[in-house]
Amino acid sequence: MILVFCELKDGQIRKPSAEALSEGRRLADAAGRQLGALFAGASCAGAAEAAKYGADLILTAEGATLASYSSDAFAAVIAEAMKAKGATVLLAAATAVGKDMAPRAAARLGAGYASDVTGLSIVDGKLQAVRPVYAGKAFATTSFASAIQVATTRPNVFAAAEKAGAGTMESLAAPAGDFKSVVKEILAKASGKVDLSEANVIVSGGRGMKDGANFKILEELADAIGGVVGASRAAVDAGWGLPHSMQVGQTGKVVSPTLYIACGISGAIQHIAGMSGSKFIVAINKDPEAPIFKLANYGIVGDLFEVVPELTKAAKALGIGSN
Amino acid sequence: MKILVALKQVPDTETKIKVAADGRSLDPADVKWITSPYDEYALEEAIRTKEGKGAEVVALSVGGDSAKDVLKNALALGADSAVLLRGDGQGDAFAVAQIIAGYAKDKGFDLILCGNKGLGGDNAAMGPMLAELLGVAQANVIVMLELGEGTFKAEREIEGGSEIVEGQLPAVITAQKGLNEPRYASLKGIMAAKKKTIEEVDAVPATVGTQTIALALPPERPAGRKLEGDAAAQAQALIQALKDEAKVF
Repeated sequence: MILVFCELKDGQIRKPSAEALSEGRRLADAAGRQLGALFAGASCAGAAEAAKYGADLILTAEGATLASYSSDAFAAVIAEAMKAKGATVLLAAATAVGKDMAPRAAARLGAGYASDVTGLSIVDGKLQAVRPVYAGKAFATTSFASAIQVATTRPNVFAAAEKAGAGTMESLAAPAGDFKSVVKEILAKASGKVDLSEANVIVSGGRGMKDGANFKILEELADAIGGVVGASRAAVDAGWGLPHSMQVGQTGKVVSPTLYIACGISGAIQHIAGMSGSKFIVAINKDPEAPIFKLANYGIVGDLFEVVPELTKAAKALGIGSN
Repeated sequence: MKILVALKQVPDTETKIKVAADGRSLDPADVKWITSPYDEYALEEAIRTKEGKGAEVVALSVGGDSAKDVLKNALALGADSAVLLRGDGQGDAFAVAQIIAGYAKDKGFDLILCGNKGLGGDNAAMGPMLAELLGVAQANVIVMLELGEGTFKAEREIEGGSEIVEGQLPAVITAQKGLNEPRYASLKGIMAAKKKTIEEVDAVPATVGTQTIALALPPERPAGRKLEGDAAAQAQALIQALKDEAKVF
């Protein structure tokens, strides 16, 4: 069996989990195996939705001890489920939770782990993964030496595809409690926007923005086209008051949106490393020689302070943000 | 309090990656090696803890002779002692976690700090694997750490915000940018480090979980298109192209 750990939010499967589940279905079909979906929490209401993405079996571990996320509790749930079902492959989305617990679960199972993978296949009955290394400056094909194989899938890379599965429900016991570390409080950003690592559209600003306050025009464009705002390291380190969580690049977030609009970003190798996995890249820069143009599908040589508001206007005119 | 800081030697962020003749590893020619930037936040946090409430800070790296540079730097910055676990420091996260766990398990460390990922391998796996192998608490990708009596409180980055994790010591904590501002080594520190020795220990036998069977550069991107005209015309053309050709919207 291929087992996929899934996260729920407000009773719905999170998009990165749906993507992992769909990829799990594709692999299970290729290898002639069953697909299981695993949920854990105080309530797993909404877990039945996994059948829509092809789950043959839906496992739920429900209990008060799982109300708050705890790496040791969730790793224990996964390891028990893997053993109970004789599963050899575990997938999870490479989210904050996935990347926290999947390697811990892998160590518990004596398994190798591939993080943030962008391609998966079954070769000679075992998982093989392609994953970006050096923040996307290269791609490594990874094979597993261990009998059990664990991988996390990079959000926004695999398509969430609907395919009906049997969806047989089965409940698992929740662990007793007394965990070594537990999440006590969630401090959400006020905006409630999706994280850069999961965003489909990113509007990013660099040194050419001249000041943090000027990022307002990027916010307006992002709002008009359904995107979120990022920044280069130069902008984050410039002391403009931008949080480091906005940073895209080798020492920031590595992103994989469909569209990346780079405004006033020259294209240092560390920045390119973090965003070169974007499907479409737009560069807006005054300097026609800026290295970013070598990567861009569309280049605008011009003053971003003139171009960006025009883009917002043009997008609004076409009613793009509305769909 | 006894703190272990695990440090990894990685290629400088400005390194242009070239694939070696074996087709599955990095060509080391022209590569400048540095301490993984995330590990620098971990080391800084250890030194600040030492300065704030008193602690013994042990720097550790897994690797060969070249990893001694990382340890010398850690000593110059304020680590009390340094240990080189002789082994393949560029190996799989699972193997490195076993090697470090093998060394640390009976040394009484209250806190093990490292970067949230090693720059390059980008697995973000060694820390949580080490926590599991040692059977201790973990908190990953943290931007704030408070230590109590046998407990810790950490703020870690999650999608669209952060969360507060509380747990018991000993713990493995992995650092993220934002935790602190790493200092530079002082001349005094560098001179003092020269007098300190690096303890060398053979790495315990470890099994790898994964192997890299091929390393390739990303495919070339197709040649781009420059948009013409004034700002309004360029903007109009871009939005139209993204809609019609790229079908982004």
